[in-house]
Amino acid sequence: MGDEKTSGKNALAEEKKGKKEPKKPQKEPRSKKKAASKDSDGSKETDGEVEPKKEGRLSRFRFSKKKDMPGGLWLKCESCAEVIFRKELEEKGRVCPACGFHFTVPGAERVAMLLDEGTWKEDFDQLEALDRLNFQDARPYAEKLERTVQRTGQKEALICGTGQVHGRKVVLAVLDFGFMGGSMGEVVGEKVALSCEVASKQGLPLVIFTSSGGARMHEGVLSLMQMAKTCAALQAFHEGGGFSICVMTHPTTGGVTASFASVTDIVLAEPGALIGFAGPRVIATTLKQELPPGFQRAEFLKERGMIDEIVSRTDLPGTIARLIDYASGPRVSPDRPPIERRSGDRRG
Amino acid sequence: MSKAKGSNDAAGGMAFERKIDEIEAKIAELEALSLSTHLDISPELEALKAKRTEEINKTYADLTAWERVNVARHPKRPVASDYVAEVFDDFLELHGDRYFADDQAILTGFATLDDRRCMLIAHRKGRTTKERLECNFGCAHPEGYRKALRKMRLAEKLGLPIVSMINTPGAYPGIGAEERGQAMAIAENIMAMFTLRVPILVVVIGEGGSGGALGIGIGDRVLMLEHAYYSVISPEGCAAILWKDGERSPEAAEALKLTSKDLIGLKVIDQVISEPQGGAHRAPSVAMAEVKRVLSRNLEELEGIPIEQLLEARRAKYRHIGAIQGRFPSLA
Repeated sequence: MGDEKTSGKNALAEEKKGKKEPKKPQKEPRSKKKAASKDSDGSKETDGEVEPKKEGRLSRFRFSKKKDMPGGLWLKCESCAEVIFRKELEEKGRVCPACGFHFTVPGAERVAMLLDEGTWKEDFDQLEALDRLNFQDARPYAEKLERTVQRTGQKEALICGTGQVHGRKVVLAVLDFGFMGGSMGEVVGEKVALSCEVASKQGLPLVIFTSSGGARMHEGVLSLMQMAKTCAALQAFHEGGGFSICVMTHPTTGGVTASFASVTDIVLAEPGALIGFAGPRVIATTLKQELPPGFQRAEFLKERGMIDEIVSRTDLPGTIARLIDYASGPRVSPDRPPIERRSGDRRG
Repeated sequence: MSKAKGSNDAAGGMAFERKIDEIEAKIAELEALSLSTHLDISPELEALKAKRTEEINKTYADLTAWERVNVARHPKRPVASDYVAEVFDDFLELHGDRYFADDQAILTGFATLDDRRCMLIAHRKGRTTKERLECNFGCAHPEGYRKALRKMRLAEKLGLPIVSMINTPGAYPGIGAEERGQAMAIAENIMAMFTLRVPILVVVIGEGGSGGALGIGIGDRVLMLEHAYYSVISPEGCAAILWKDGERSPEAAEALKLTSKDLIGLKVIDQVISEPQGGAHRAPSVAMAEVKRVLSRNLEELEGIPIEQLLEARRAKYRHIGAIQGRFPSLA
């Protein structure tokens, strides 16, 4: 799925913190990283092909490179180019204080943001990817995996388990973009399917958060088949009356968008999230034309009827809890847990 | 994904066939000569034909993955319209998705295979330049997938089995395609195909390009022609992303394990349909006759399975597709 091309760049940004990855892919201007509302001086950036002379200017819209900001204390908002103190960004739930752009959130942090404290129980965390094709590009996939596992401290790009959202128990599956661009290989597909089955068995709603470049090329057609596998499992879950919610976060593309993420009962998106099938750079390259402002952003998709609602990060737990209540039938139960603002919530 | 193929026209990508082409040119030359001069040169001709066979056998005995990809894309390889003409009878085309458009990249309609009626769904690549442009070289838009789903639901209602022929470089990556929900259309199809209460037979006849293929590719049996390929991404796309060099497609093709032999080994497909020596483009009728025979047999077998059992098996097949037994925990 040509999408890692686009998202690879975000991976760059994410990897910065975890550092290393000896030879960074040579920088390619990002094709299209402006939020919908910010296209004024960004129109030129949409034609993503590599033209060295443009780079200096283009790089303003990406995270600055490490050498520009020792220790990575500061970064630039990829949407409005505001320079932000990293710690402040993290404290604000990784939402840009200037423009409200929702940055990609690491998986574990997402779990903590969503669930009631102390309710998380992770499942299937021992499942590891296998290099079944002996895949090798610049270096072997096996080696890449090993490094990624070391760097991230987790075994795969998807973490799943059970927990509570405002006192409502859910099965939660979260794709982590920091692990090989949140790409879906056999283990990710399997964990999505297992999550459907756990939810089915325990009669719980299923909540999925996506951020992914799509299928993991290193696992070849086996990763393509995860699109079918996840849909098969989700379909079985639905047939048994299961209720599912997917929250598409920045960025969600390729085989993940084109499978389980798009066929849940409810599809939500975070503001400004890039969501699509083909990555914008692939499209720009294929068509040799500029992409319209706001192309493939959550707002663009909502306007075209592709998603149910855009929900800001701080409103997500409450919205998800309300959706779960609606899915529980017509009678309002008097003893349902109240949806209260959490002490940690920082609403603007 | 899709259009990265300009560089692979027959001459470029099929360079490994040059020797065969040279011999064939000589044969044609001699035949013309013998016609015009009435000289008997049959011994020479026979010798050349034997040499051609030998050369074909030698070349095709050990094709690289990249060479196979180019065979799968060969301009003379049978496409949907050829199958409609040679394999099926009484084709009755049904157009449109009744929402937006009639995507030419996916052909749908009633068809008869021997004495069995079915719904044919097929990627359409076209033969002439005009046709190829009309159907975007086999790259479907969301309306194509929705059209396919509409016809598949009709087949379900009528109790007709579905035959799906895959031959696409990938779903179309374009502005309109994204605006109209390319990903959603494909996802919807994949999900829906698990619920269709009629047998589904899928055959990859040329290119099995990623999600664009899978969007009409869920079936009770998935067959694949010997020189077809089926991959998560085109070799060009993969080379551009992972090697940062589109020129390294041959390496990418090898690494992706996309040939029929690889896929049967990974248990992702159910059966390989052999092609005449030298590929389906060399003897299209022979190739299609074999496809017909295999399709017919499979349809007959599927017909004998109760539908509940078929649906259960279809879901189970994909639920565990390609997985090594015992690798993952079982809940069900």
